[in-house]
This record gives sequence, structure tokens and C-alpha cells, in this order.
Amino acid sequence: MFVINCPYCGEREQSEFKAGGEAHIVRPKQPTELSDDEWAEYLFMRKNIKGIQFERWVHAHGCRKWFNLVRDTSNDVIKAVYKMGEKPPTK
Amino acid sequence: MKKKYSIFSLIKNAFSYHENWEKTWKDPEPKKEYDAVIVGGGGHGLATAYYLAKKHDMKNIAVIEKGWIGGGNTGRNTTIIRSNYLWDASAGLYDHALKIWEGLSQELNYNVMFSQRGVMNLAHNLQDVRDLKRRTHANRLNGIDAVYLNTEEVKKFCPIINTSPNIRYPVLGGTLQRRAGTARHDAVAWGYARGADQMGVDIIQNCEVKGIKRNGDSVEGVETTKGFIKTKKIGVVAAGHSSVIANMAGLKLPLESKPLQALVSEPVKPIIDTVVMSNAVHAYVSQSDKGELVIGAGTDDYVSYSQKGSHDIVEGTLNAILELYPIFSRMRMLRQWGGIVDICPDASPIISKTSIQGLYFNCGWGTGGFKATPGSGDLFAHTIANDQPHKLNAAFNINRFVSGDLVDEHGAAAVAH
Repeated sequence: MFVINCPYCGEREQSEFKAGGEAHIVRPKQPTELSDDEWAEYLFMRKNIKGIQFERWVHAHGCRKWFNLVRDTSNDVIKAVYKMGEKPPTK
Repeated sequence: MKKKYSIFSLIKNAFSYHENWEKTWKDPEPKKEYDAVIVGGGGHGLATAYYLAKKHDMKNIAVIEKGWIGGGNTGRNTTIIRSNYLWDASAGLYDHALKIWEGLSQELNYNVMFSQRGVMNLAHNLQDVRDLKRRTHANRLNGIDAVYLNTEEVKKFCPIINTSPNIRYPVLGGTLQRRAGTARHDAVAWGYARGADQMGVDIIQNCEVKGIKRNGDSVEGVETTKGFIKTKKIGVVAAGHSSVIANMAGLKLPLESKPLQALVSEPVKPIIDTVVMSNAVHAYVSQSDKGELVIGAGTDDYVSYSQKGSHDIVEGTLNAILELYPIFSRMRMLRQWGGIVDICPDASPIISKTSIQGLYFNCGWGTGGFKATPGSGDLFAHTIANDQPHKLNAAFNINRFVSGDLVDEHGAAAVAH
């Protein structure tokens, strides 16, 4: 249980949001040209990091907009929030 | 050779105030080299070591555990055992485990308190009814006992359930597996640890894996907080932390680790003598021998290793429990906790070789691994010893995510994952 600072609405309870999993997994431009291994990598394989993870969230019970979070998954501390399309913070 | 537990050893030790029982397992320092190293000292890992020693004659093996044995998800689950899964592959896997459970206390000479009190799954809408009837038929075709109950039969089997048609999610029916039930989770870990230790397995606690040493495409050993251990075979049974170990070996797994919560109430006199699970409202409840109601909640939807979940998940489960069992409305909850479960996209486990020679993974059990502990250990031991899967776990290989041959138990099993 934690508070998320929505870039559009400000601080709200986590229960207003829905997690969308690992961020920055780019959809292949030509899916038909992928091998089965590459498709499995895109579709199923996840880093599932214990520590700093970049992830997507949506403010499902609020503005319904998607954005990105940088969160430490070992203690749920949020390090940064940034909008879709923005470059992830490097520090 | 350890002394057998019996009524006579109990009486004998009573005379010395139970102060002279021998240690259940030794606490050795790791050797330089083992034939196989099992990473993770939960029920599945200890069972794997036990069956490697017992059935495959591999005695020079070690189980290494970051904390203490059985301190992870083995001691955090709601102890439910059943095998009423929809698909043939799952039915084979879980019923194999259930058959071992039936003789486990005798085999281990350790009372795991396996109680076949039955597990009932409720239907709350017409689609549930159709799904549960379909699953009942599938179970019976696979030789698994299952019966479908109508609302009156549900009420008769568990009288405290509110079967009024006026509740938000009325009970329209249910299924019952009478061979299913519960066991004492700690005893499972301790019993397997004692059995494995007896056959010469080293159980090394407080020993965290820091790295996996590879030589090209094969493994050479594990780096641990107690030094380097050389081995040609590594079996990883690290539950929620499987991806962490996989990353050390340069592998990626199709897993997401999420908090799953459970809670127990204050102890009360016997009130519910079975296990009732409800998929649609995600509430399940049984009663421990101490008298506590054991309640399982759902997972959070985000990745976390923090071993604590959100309060709204617990609140949702308790709302459902109260509607189904109004008699519990004044019960107080005693303890609440979370465990980290590793969930596969198809909600089925992975018991498999990997692309690295000598590295094996047993993971992805998600929210329902406890019930499979003996079968999982037996099949994983077979896979490690023979370097190929048993026919019962062949479908649970890691390549199914490439071939697309998934074992899609998501929502099709008795409770939503």
C-alpha cells in the first residue's frame, strides 16, 4: 500500500491505479518476421527485477491516463514518475 | 540413523522433560563440492533433495537456504491441498502429488497432519455453474473424484454458508473433492528436512546465493555467502525469487513476482469442518486445528518483493467472507501476512531443464504451490537425476512459451489466480 503521484492529478492512493507491468518493451515493427524465440521474448519474458524497476501504470479510477513509474520493488518506494513518451530518468 | 518417532519414544522422552530429543536435522557447513545443489529450502526444495537421495541414489547433495527452512512461502500459505484441475497435464501433476500426500506421514515418520476434509468450490453465476460442471466431468475422466452439488447440497455440506438468493453473489451450486483437504505446512518442511538429512543431505541455512558460475553453456557452481560451492547440477526452487537467481545466470523467465496475502482470526471452537473456496468473489476459508479461521486473499497486480500487500485486497476478501458467512461478522483477525508468489502467464508451473546444461528450474507455482509439494519434489528430482523430464512434468517445460503449447489453467482451475 503506497501513494502514487499521478503526473496529471497529483498524489492518490495506489488502489486508484492499475499496474501495467514492465515499461519500455517495444512492440516489434514487423511481428510476422520474428522467430518463435523472439516472439516469446517480447510476449512473455520479463526482467521481474528485485530493486529499481521501470514500469507502466494507469490511473484507472481517476484520469485514466497511462504514465511511467520508477519503483524499488524490494520496498515499494517510488523514485520517479514520468509521462508516456518522455525519456526515463537516468539517476 | 535417526531414532524413529513413536508412542514409545514419546513416553521415554517425557521422563526427561522432552529436553533430550535429538536434533531433527544437522546444521553443517557447506562442503567444497556436491553432486547437486538445491537452491531454496522450502517444501519443494527439501522434497526435491529427499527424492533425489531416496529414489535416485544421489546422497552427496546440499540444500542451501537464504533464511531458515520453511520460512518463506511454505510457512505462509493457507495449506489447501486438492487436485481438481481442468486440463489433463495439470490433473496428472496435482493428482500425483495428492496420491503421495495420502501416505506421506507414514513414509516420513513425521505427522504432517494431512486431513482429507474435502474442498468445496462455489459457483455464483451461470458461467461459474457451466465451468464447474465442465471441470467436474474433466476431473472424473482423469480419475479424480469430483461431484457437483446444487445449492441445497452445498448448504447441507457446510451449513454456515448463506445460501439466500438475495445476496449480491448468490450460491448457485458448487463442486466437492472429498479426497482434498489440508496439511500442516511447517511439518511438511520439517518432515522432508529430517528425511533428507537422514540420508546424508546437507541442509545449509542462512546461506544466500550470490552468483551462478558458468563455463560456457554449463554450470560450474554457486557463489554463496558461505563461499563458492562446486557442482555440476543446480536445481533452483526459489519461488518468488526465481527471476533473481535466473538473472544471475543470464536467463530471463516468464514470471512476475507479486504479493499474496493471507490472514487468520482469533481461535474459536470448531465451526467449519471443510475448506470452501469461492472463485468469483475470491474468498476462501478453512479452520486450523488451533481453531483459527484461515483466510486466503488475492494477489496485488504489481510486481513487489516486499512481502506485504495492499489493505484493499484484504478488505475485498473479508467483504466476500462476511456476505457468505454472516456468522463471522464479529470475529477479530489476529494476524495478516504476505508472501511473494511467482506467476507464469498461463498460471501453471515450470519444472524444467534450461538452455544452460546442469541448470534446472522449478518455479512459477504462483498462488497454489503448496498442494503440489510432494509431487513437485518427486518430478523435479527425476528431471535433475536423469537430465530429462518425467512424463508427468514434460508439459511443464520452459519451452512452452516459445512453442505456444501453454497449460492455460488461468481461471479454469478452481480459484482465480
